[in-house]
Amino acid sequence: MKHGSQSHSILIHGGRVIDPLARMDGLMDVLLRDGQVAEVAPPNKIRAGAEEKIDARGLIVAPGFIDLHVHLREPGQGYKETIASGTAAAAAGGFTSVCCMPNTTPVLDSPEWVTWVRQPQRGAVVNVFPVAAATQASKGAVLTDFRALQRAGAVAVSDDGKPILSETTMREALRTSAEINFPVIQHAEDTRVTQNCSMNEGPSSFRLGLRGSSPAAEASIVDRDVQLAQQFNGARLHVAHLSTAESLIAVRRGKRNRARVTCEVTPHHFTLSDRDVREYDANFKMNPPLRSPEDREALMVALADGTVDAIASDHAPHAQHEKIIEFERAAFGVSGLETAVPLAISILHMESKIPLTRIVELMTSGPARVLDLRGRGTLLRGSHADVTIFDPKKRWTFEAAKSRSKSHNTPFDGRQMTGKVVTTIVGGRVVFRG
Amino acid sequence: MPARAPLVAKRSAVRGSLLGIEGLPANEISQLLEAATKMNPLKPRPVLRGRRVILLFYEPSTRTRTSFEIAAKALGATTSLVLASGSSIEKGESLIDTGYTLRAVGADAIVIRHPHSGAPHLMASHLDIPVINAGDGMHEHPTQALLDAYTILRHKKKILGLEVTIVGDIYHSRVARSAIHLLSKSGAKVTLCGPHELLPELATTLVDGLKISRSCEEAVRGADVVMVLRVQRERFSGLKLSLPDYISRYQMTMARLRLAKPDALLMHPGPIIRGLELTWEVADCPQSVIVEEVHNGVPVRMAVLARALGKIRN
Repeated sequence: MKHGSQSHSILIHGGRVIDPLARMDGLMDVLLRDGQVAEVAPPNKIRAGAEEKIDARGLIVAPGFIDLHVHLREPGQGYKETIASGTAAAAAGGFTSVCCMPNTTPVLDSPEWVTWVRQPQRGAVVNVFPVAAATQASKGAVLTDFRALQRAGAVAVSDDGKPILSETTMREALRTSAEINFPVIQHAEDTRVTQNCSMNEGPSSFRLGLRGSSPAAEASIVDRDVQLAQQFNGARLHVAHLSTAESLIAVRRGKRNRARVTCEVTPHHFTLSDRDVREYDANFKMNPPLRSPEDREALMVALADGTVDAIASDHAPHAQHEKIIEFERAAFGVSGLETAVPLAISILHMESKIPLTRIVELMTSGPARVLDLRGRGTLLRGSHADVTIFDPKKRWTFEAAKSRSKSHNTPFDGRQMTGKVVTTIVGGRVVFRG
Repeated sequence: MPARAPLVAKRSAVRGSLLGIEGLPANEISQLLEAATKMNPLKPRPVLRGRRVILLFYEPSTRTRTSFEIAAKALGATTSLVLASGSSIEKGESLIDTGYTLRAVGADAIVIRHPHSGAPHLMASHLDIPVINAGDGMHEHPTQALLDAYTILRHKKKILGLEVTIVGDIYHSRVARSAIHLLSKSGAKVTLCGPHELLPELATTLVDGLKISRSCEEAVRGADVVMVLRVQRERFSGLKLSLPDYISRYQMTMARLRLAKPDALLMHPGPIIRGLELTWEVADCPQSVIVEEVHNGVPVRMAVLARALGKIRN
């Protein structure tokens, strides 16, 4: 994870630099030195020499992309993914920083395990920021020691995969959040009404004879949490993988009332709807499920208008024996690190005409602000030398078999994409070259 | 030795498979019903001599299992019954591996009943032999819909234009989904009736032209066919329903049945629970064709098996 301890410099020249935080969009050269951004200047103005030069003509040069929501599966589930394989997939997908979720075996609910995840022996090739469990063993009853977890390097707490259902527990979590400025990430789902559900409630679930999870089961928890967050000045609530139009109403209300409420949306939710679920193909099964076309439209609007703070992949790798089985028995989740950027460009930019600057914001300064990742998500001088270079026009076909991830559970195998990551730089070192 | 198919396999089922009514064109439905009229279990036609049909049942069954077995034998095929309990399925063998195993011992076709919707589709997409759906979860039960259509056609000239009312637990019912697809493709006017818990408004999205009624009297009035469905408490998954309320509003009684046309048929796929979804008298009334439906299951399943193994052109 540590790079740039020795002197090393890279000059990225001729590219179009998009840095939303710095309000920069234009042809610029970027000099990286000693693990930091040393200089950003108009073409051919940087005089200092560099050991390595990267020709970025025709390409976009952006601050390194940040994924707030990935499952790296270690400790304990290395057959699905390891920190090494998951971060290799992240690098190939253009992500220089990933936040990993705590639903591992054991659950990441102690400072010791948070430290373990961050150790160099794990072989991470991009920055890994652990999210620790909010309650012991994520059972929803007793809060973990937020302060100790924060000191050990956790960037937030969450019981992802499960919600914090109890209002008392959630209130306590948000109160502590306000005291120590530590975000609580909620997987919003009223699991009391989603038992045995395997897809969204709608015409498709009825037709396929599958139990449907209602959009209200998500929105009711988002609504409650936003209200709770408003009760504690400074409490930070982040809504994970928001998927319904109704949930957006609650988030907008919280933001209007100046509560520190943020949210993320996944590429699969803005690309697909429940009408796209291929018959009983568990590569289309995840939680929250693919929603209605109307929900998808609402997400598009919210991605464009600023309601949504970040695009997060919810990369959830699973082995074949957990996916190529009866749909209702199959594990929830799809892999997504290598398809997030091309889907954002293909769907949000090419189809929905959202400007590239906004898309870059959703993957850089947006997520950096959600979890307060200092010196990341921008190319301002002195920032970490994390850079993502991509070709926004390149057309290609994604092949799951060529993925760096250990698992290939994706609904996008064989899909035509526009936009491809060309180079990923972490701490001033090239970690991926496409 | 058949080669082991790759785990991520071809997508479509083998020709002759019957996974649901939804994907079955109207002309193939007619051909199957026509073929069934020529099938007589009392006059065996050994067109499937030497063929092996495996009956793979992950859920209890009386009617479907025995009628498939008798149908297969009437065509000269041999049958083997594999139940989830007492087989390697209990040891954790997956659905696809069970399929490979049955294929390897020489199965020419697999008839499968499974508690999970889509299980036959998963199996069919990995095997090079026909798979016949004998009921999957809440999804479809295509041979039940075919035998119901066959039964209706023994009494009515055609299905086109008939008013059919389905009363009961539609949400949990694979019989209802298959019946709705078949009746709708055949031009019947279908009305669904039941409480919200067992009949969500979403049901109308299944096919065009479906009507929903919350009043049993209104739904039954003037119907040519009244199909009653069992309340499937085993699939409730936490759902609360007051049975006394259900009985008072939706139980098929003689008084309600008399609102239908005088020559209306009273149908039920079974098993029936007398005193719950219908009264004792209704089950045995002259209009009831419940026993005949079971009887007709054999020729219809003979036709389905013959089609599966290429003995009916389509």
